[in-house]
Amino acid sequence: MTTTTLAVLVPLLPFLGAAAGLLLGRTAPGFVRPLAILPTLAALVLAVLVAADQGGGRAIDASTELTPTGSVPVDLALHIDGFAALVAVLVAVVAACVQIYSTGYLRDDPRYPSYAALVSLFTSAMLLVVYSGDLMVLLVGWEVMGICSYFLVGHYWETPEARAASLKAFLVTKLGDVPFLIGLFALATDAGSFRITEILGAVASGGLDHPTLIALLLLAGVAGKSAQFPLHTWLPDAMAGPTPVSALIHAATMVAAGVYFTARLLPVFEASAAAMTVLAVMAAVTMAGSALAALAQDDVKRVLAYSTIGQLGYMTGALAVGDRGAAVFHLLSHGAFKALLFLAAGAVIHAAGTNSLAAMSRTGNLRDRVPDAYWTMTVALLALAAIPPFSGFFSKESVLGAAEHTATGHTAHAPGAAGWIVLVAGLITAVLTAAYATRLWLLAFRGRGADAPSHGRQPLTMTTVLWVLAVPSLALGGLTFRVLPDWFGGGSLAPALTTSVLGTGLALAGGIVTYGAWRHTTALAARTPMGAVAAHHEADAGLVEAEAIATHRPAYGDIAYAPDPADPGRLLLGPLHRHAAVGFHLDAVYAALFVRPVLAAAGLVRFLDREVVETYVRAAGALPRLLGAAVRRAQTGNVQTYVSALLAGAVVLTVAVVLVATGA
Amino acid sequence: MHLVYPAVLSALLFCTGLYGVLARRNAILVLMSVELMLNAVNLNLVAFDVWLSRTAVETLHSGQALTLFTIAIAAAEIGIGLAIVLAVYRNRGTSDIDRLRDAAEGPDDDSDPGRDSDAAATARAAEKAEATP
Repeated sequence: MTTTTLAVLVPLLPFLGAAAGLLLGRTAPGFVRPLAILPTLAALVLAVLVAADQGGGRAIDASTELTPTGSVPVDLALHIDGFAALVAVLVAVVAACVQIYSTGYLRDDPRYPSYAALVSLFTSAMLLVVYSGDLMVLLVGWEVMGICSYFLVGHYWETPEARAASLKAFLVTKLGDVPFLIGLFALATDAGSFRITEILGAVASGGLDHPTLIALLLLAGVAGKSAQFPLHTWLPDAMAGPTPVSALIHAATMVAAGVYFTARLLPVFEASAAAMTVLAVMAAVTMAGSALAALAQDDVKRVLAYSTIGQLGYMTGALAVGDRGAAVFHLLSHGAFKALLFLAAGAVIHAAGTNSLAAMSRTGNLRDRVPDAYWTMTVALLALAAIPPFSGFFSKESVLGAAEHTATGHTAHAPGAAGWIVLVAGLITAVLTAAYATRLWLLAFRGRGADAPSHGRQPLTMTTVLWVLAVPSLALGGLTFRVLPDWFGGGSLAPALTTSVLGTGLALAGGIVTYGAWRHTTALAARTPMGAVAAHHEADAGLVEAEAIATHRPAYGDIAYAPDPADPGRLLLGPLHRHAAVGFHLDAVYAALFVRPVLAAAGLVRFLDREVVETYVRAAGALPRLLGAAVRRAQTGNVQTYVSALLAGAVVLTVAVVLVATGA
Repeated sequence: MHLVYPAVLSALLFCTGLYGVLARRNAILVLMSVELMLNAVNLNLVAFDVWLSRTAVETLHSGQALTLFTIAIAAAEIGIGLAIVLAVYRNRGTSDIDRLRDAAEGPDDDSDPGRDSDAAATARAAEKAEATP
């Protein structure tokens, strides 16, 4: 088979698996698990083969035209360069891990067949986005991911949180997708093609007439999908979905799509200095804000969600300084350790019976209950905090190095201001990232109090996957930072001395300060007992998590916040804590700006319909009814009355005729 | 014979029939009154036919022909009418047309409340129920 055939099969196999899973899920439950795992594993093998074939050399391009469109052609096109090959491998690895993990995590879930099929569809859509060489085909995968995220986030649709979160995720990403679509059309109009290769050629020859407008429109879609500053609010709420879904969305698909898209079309963005500056500001606000918010969250998964937003901020920051190699490098290593963090958090939530850090910090012995999750999560948190030699260190330092490179004016691709913005924000975020990673670790695993209830070992499917993902979290960065520039065709990704020392020092400082704060506050923990523990400990992990999410609001009054004085984050953030816990009131602002006007308009329409339109409708019915009532009085049932009336009428007519005839 | 005699006689007959139709309570008498009216018309037809045949040489005596039609139709009508009256009498035990008001709008309609008392309404409902099988 040629490389092209292999590459076509990569997105196709999970798609066929999803279709078969949806069709057979009810009739043949025995096939559901193989149908979920095997196509994804096959896609992984094929993606590895494609990457080996491509080998970082010349991009593989293949296209076929399905039907003439009349104007700008839409082709089924592949464009596989080093970025596409490696990102596809990451997507396939994470998707395979998630599918295997889900068989253990949702083993008693009655909706598992449709869940597994949707995860496969999600994977196939992301692989389509990754491999597609045509923007319209890319858009198909992009939108399929949107609808899949809606279904998967709303998997536990019995809880109001999940319903609201799935709607919010769908609407907010669609809000970005509308400008994105217009931007794609504008780009194709300017470049005369939807093919990525031809667009990049047009950009290189200066063929774009409105680069700033196009770049800003596209940025809206990227911000929606990749959860960047104004449109990030859906991501923390999307935690209401099952943990493997969070891992999939956060690590490899969906949020990575925006960054990956920008990396592919980076020359389009570079054509406009304004767009690069906007991108840099967006990245900086996202990074710093989300790190502060992460420090105040009580739900483990919401901490991780905000950390995803922050790490995506690093990636867009790298793009803003014109270094897509660093961005995709961070995408790869982040994909590995974030998937691991989520999957391990799923195991921890299952063991603790709660998703609340405040409750976990009052549970002793949690790390002995889930040793695999404890050790792998430690590795992943160290990678997240960018401590050498974990993989996060190398990728994050490459981002900071690129920012420093731009700030000092060594590159012509991006404005120097963007470099400074990204560098400063990146360093601040490094402190905060280390702080919330330390807080998460201390509260989750160093709690004191009653022992966590034991319910045996975790399923083997869940623990194996954790160790599989721990390997790249530990070693991916260190092993590959010398090799990757060949694949990406960019500059060196080796960590620079200045930023490395600065970044690591700040991270260590953040961790140590948090440790000190925790030592100070942990004594308070015993005095304020709290607990929101799911009722059915021995149940399926997915059920425990759904219960934990559902009990958080009744127990603490808010889904993100717990009034816990023993929280080191509260001490560190001071008065900022309350605002950070609710995401700096952005949801409230959106509610005031958009939700309430829309509700008011809906109320107005309802009033017009009920009171105005309905009045006409009612009148149209009431008038004939009145007339009918009047006529009905004549219907006495007595035939003689009718005949009398007939006679009277005849006499009157006769008299009238006679009078008219005689001319009186 | 002058035309006025049969014309006056037929008018008297017609008015008698009309009075009977409007004022009588018994269905059979009403039917008989209808016969009176038909025969008044027949008398008129014959009289005018004779009067016209005096002036015209050639005539088809269409008035007399029409009378024969009317007689035949009246015979059929009275047969059917009497059969209906008989069936109604067997069902209801009465042939008083004042009490045969099934075609009236019922009191449950909001338009004309209080036209009949409730007792009459229930009685009529009972009659209806009897009539259905």
